[in-house]
Amino acid sequence: MKNEYIPFPSQVKEIIRHTDIEYTFRMSFSGDVKPGQFFEVSIPKFGEAPISVSGIGEDTVDLTIRKVGRVTNQIFEHYEGNSLLMRGPYGNGFDIAQFQGKEVVVIAGGTGLSPVKGIVDHFSKHPEDAVRTTLIAGFKSPQDVLFKEDFKDWEKTLNVIKTVDTAPEGYDGLTGMVTKYIPDLPLSDIPNTVFITVGPPVMIQFTIQEILKRKVPEENIWISHERKMCCGLGKCGHCKMDSTYICLDGPVFNYAKGKNLID
Amino acid sequence: MGYQISRETANQIFAQLKEHYDIFAPKVFAGEGCFSDTDVIRYGKINALDEIEWERRSEYSFKEALLAVNETLFYFTEEETTVVSCSEKRLLIFLRSCDLHALKRLDAIYLENGPEDFYYRRLREKASFVLMGCSTTCENGFCVSMGTNRCDSYALYLKISEESVWADCKSQDLLPYFEKAQTCEVQPEYVTENAEKVTLPKNLSVDSFSNPIWEEYGSRCIGCGRCNFVCPTCTCFTMQDILYRDNENVGERRRVWASCQVDGYDEIAGGIEFRKTQGERLRFKVMHKIYDFEKRFGYPMCVGCGRCDSVCPEYISYTSLINRLAKEEA
Repeated sequence: MKNEYIPFPSQVKEIIRHTDIEYTFRMSFSGDVKPGQFFEVSIPKFGEAPISVSGIGEDTVDLTIRKVGRVTNQIFEHYEGNSLLMRGPYGNGFDIAQFQGKEVVVIAGGTGLSPVKGIVDHFSKHPEDAVRTTLIAGFKSPQDVLFKEDFKDWEKTLNVIKTVDTAPEGYDGLTGMVTKYIPDLPLSDIPNTVFITVGPPVMIQFTIQEILKRKVPEENIWISHERKMCCGLGKCGHCKMDSTYICLDGPVFNYAKGKNLID
Repeated sequence: MGYQISRETANQIFAQLKEHYDIFAPKVFAGEGCFSDTDVIRYGKINALDEIEWERRSEYSFKEALLAVNETLFYFTEEETTVVSCSEKRLLIFLRSCDLHALKRLDAIYLENGPEDFYYRRLREKASFVLMGCSTTCENGFCVSMGTNRCDSYALYLKISEESVWADCKSQDLLPYFEKAQTCEVQPEYVTENAEKVTLPKNLSVDSFSNPIWEEYGSRCIGCGRCNFVCPTCTCFTMQDILYRDNENVGERRRVWASCQVDGYDEIAGGIEFRKTQGERLRFKVMHKIYDFEKRFGYPMCVGCGRCDSVCPEYISYTSLINRLAKEEA
């Protein structure tokens, strides 16, 4: 019988530094994986943390890690020329086929961009798969912007709104919360538009309020929940919301179901 | 098949069983209670029938025989992980009807919810269960209300007096031990009435989450988590890695019992907590026991053992909370 708790070693192939505290680790991995799924990533002796897949390559997966906790601090200290231990992928992930032929609006806050980045990458490479794709990405300040190189590519093929909450004087980009840009989005066919939104809980709450004001049906909105997960296998209990285990049934939910999940 | 045997014969059978089984039962740990000069009744490995506490309910449930408080999953060396080995012996676990019903709940989480748990499975398939009857109701128990006062899925039922032991053996593996015993009709003892009676709320919904009852009861909660640790159906754990002081390149990964009432249970990176008040945490626990587990698995999680009410240092009554909820959410 398979012991799901035993991690496998994965080589750190490349490191992309976005900010002082946010790096993307390109890890060796071959197997099926979808955007929005996650791995339990660990450094032996310091513990495990669930990390979203932020990119999918031939024999690699990208894990964008923010140095904010005990485990992630250690991952940053130990990355050089090393391997990390992983198990997964876990969770349902996003089903890109469901968004094909639609007008796609992705709204992400901070590291919330990681779980949806695979979707953005897909429609950037295949813009013909959607009627139009819009990315609204919000960051705290210009220093906190992630995936700077990727934005250059996305801006060529997608409608990109990159905004920061606050910026020093003289900043020539957009400012304000992501919610500021929802009322004026040009949406030609609302029933055929899908919204995908991931970010901190407060951001999601206000973003959805704004989306619903545009008369978008709840079934057209997709969210991903970030919760504490010690196992990823439906056992440890930490991620449970109502009768739903985020690690098994999520983390991606249609809002019509997701709205009824209370912590 | 039912048997009556002398206490002496029972001791001999026990000695034979010990060769093939690790036997777990509730026993008194003298002086190890929470307060000075108090005892605690909890599960431990026993070497003789006389060590079993038959009269009083154990403060902690049988679950630690299958799910240790602190369970090492594997060891790390610099390059390798090594899975903890497991005893060759089979397991025999003494428990009461409510706890045998709780086993079904543990199975639901560890075997049916997602992939099977390797560590639980390897112990579970070696385990057989010995039912201890209940002649009188225990303090705060409400097994009759929950329909868990009777159980027939035992391998062996035992009733004991000073001279005699009555047994009902359902397990083919255990039958040979009773080969020479005198047969007779043996029916497990069970209680038909508890002092506590509980009516489960029938119309709970997402709206019940905003009932002020949660904050009212939660305002007295100090978040100690004892209710979770004594509960036979609480299954949550947290991962914990440790490294050895003698050699920091070597360590182990453990899982440790977790409590949804204690700070940090739902805290994610960056310090975000989803349930900050004890009222919200109490609601999370109670709704799991009587509402959302049932939505997922088809029967309530709570088995009515009453341990949580007996152990609460703030005298918060889970039974009165549920009964009030049944009236308010009718």
